[in-house]
Amino acid sequence: MLQFPIYLDHNATTPCDPRVVETMLPYFTNSFGNAASRNHPFGWQAEEAVDYAREQVARLVGADPKEIIFTSGATEADNLAIKGVFEMYASKGNHIITCNIEHKAVLDTCKHIEKEGGEVTYLKVKDNGLVDPADVEAAIKPTTILIAIMYANNEIGTVMPVKEISAIAKKHGVLVFSDATQAVGKIPVDVNKDGIDLMAFTAHKMYGPKGVGALYVRRKTPRVKVTAQLDGGGHERGMRSGTLNVPGIVGFGKACELCMYEMTEESARLSKLRDKLENTLLTIEEAYLNGDKGHRLPHVTNISFKYVEGEGLMMGFNKNIAVSSGSACTSASLEPSYVLKALGLGDDLAHSSLRFGLGRFTTEEQIDYTIEQVTNTANKLREMSPLWEMYKEGIDLNTIEWAHH
Amino acid sequence: MAYSEKVIDHYQNPKNVGTLDKSKQNVGTGLVGAPECGDVMRLQIEVDEATGVIKEAKFKTFGCGSAIASSSLSTEWLKGKSIDDAVKIDNMEIVEELNLPPVKIHCSVLAEDAIKAAINDYRKKNGMPELKFEEGVVH
Repeated sequence: MLQFPIYLDHNATTPCDPRVVETMLPYFTNSFGNAASRNHPFGWQAEEAVDYAREQVARLVGADPKEIIFTSGATEADNLAIKGVFEMYASKGNHIITCNIEHKAVLDTCKHIEKEGGEVTYLKVKDNGLVDPADVEAAIKPTTILIAIMYANNEIGTVMPVKEISAIAKKHGVLVFSDATQAVGKIPVDVNKDGIDLMAFTAHKMYGPKGVGALYVRRKTPRVKVTAQLDGGGHERGMRSGTLNVPGIVGFGKACELCMYEMTEESARLSKLRDKLENTLLTIEEAYLNGDKGHRLPHVTNISFKYVEGEGLMMGFNKNIAVSSGSACTSASLEPSYVLKALGLGDDLAHSSLRFGLGRFTTEEQIDYTIEQVTNTANKLREMSPLWEMYKEGIDLNTIEWAHH
Repeated sequence: MAYSEKVIDHYQNPKNVGTLDKSKQNVGTGLVGAPECGDVMRLQIEVDEATGVIKEAKFKTFGCGSAIASSSLSTEWLKGKSIDDAVKIDNMEIVEELNLPPVKIHCSVLAEDAIKAAINDYRKKNGMPELKFEEGVVH
């Protein structure tokens, strides 16, 4: 039996795996100690739990536990990495290279750096959503201290050529930071194989709790340092003060462990379901895939249904199915998705997009229902769309003088 | 954001979706908005030439649920009104009737613009001077 509502917005957040919750529970009550209390069993227990979780988290990304700094989430980790490197390496230079489809936590942090006297190059991605490593190399200057490129994009799921970019960075002695929020736990990420020096990720995108994330900071070849952004008790090797969120960290650790053991099977299952959803929806006339079919996460697809507006489309089924859209109407800014626009999509196609994010508990039955609902609603709304009528009459919409509002 | 029941009802059962023959002398067509803005409304009226009363109104809209509801409601209100009365429909009446939240007021403005554009098209076709309107406030 299908149960409603169906959740297909796993890029926004994921439910906590019940096994994660179970692991966390004792740390709210009996084992509630402060991990920094060094002189009694309550503190020791908490510290031990955090140490264990740190190992679980480190193992998933091929890091040493000492290289994991716990934060409140990926946004904080992004801020700490970029601002922390900018301040720590001020004597080496002030130039940062990033790209135009990064998450706002990176882009807005870079904007802040510019106000502080930094210089930032925002590379344009190609139409498939990928950064060209040659563009990265061309942008490097003697003052470049950091290259910040996301591992996988949150809206279209494309996976960046991180390895190629880090090889270039190494050649020029520049640090590489990657916001891997969408990738860790979904596809194999290894900080050593990928040549990453700093990496942000978070628990709630991988079936862990909200409010806890991590910044990986390389300790060897090279030893990387970041200037702390919070002043206080000097936790996390002085890089992030603040009492550790013990239950959250324990849950994060468990979530990482589950991903490590189940990733291969889970991603194979999800990519099969994703392909079914995508291939069927793309048989709808004038439906287009956004992003790159080859280089992307296994559980994401982003499709534009031309001549239908995204929010209007979602309204047809959003009581029963949760997805998201790049349409302006769904954002606070009334601007359509900057990610989709960066792919060279016209605003009209950006307004017509839906993002589907599958997850651990998604079933084939849910996908079949989604295909049916999306198809029916798209067809119904096209019957109501003046643009569809014009398209069917062979009118080129570009020749019409629209009254721009 | 949750939609009001009236918006949902118009979205699920839109009134007067369709197309009138725009080449007819007594049909006025208003096409407003732009695809890049995510909203395009086309509103058409068929006028009884003897009485100046709107006897038929149809719409097609590309946009969100509130845009569809605003145009659906407009066609309902237009039918049976004289073109002189129809032109007085104010977007805030649509906002109130549909309970639109502030971020959706532009949908009602677009509907008002579409009504006025349709009436002006009819007037122009029939040798009447076009009416001048103030620019809408929220776009």
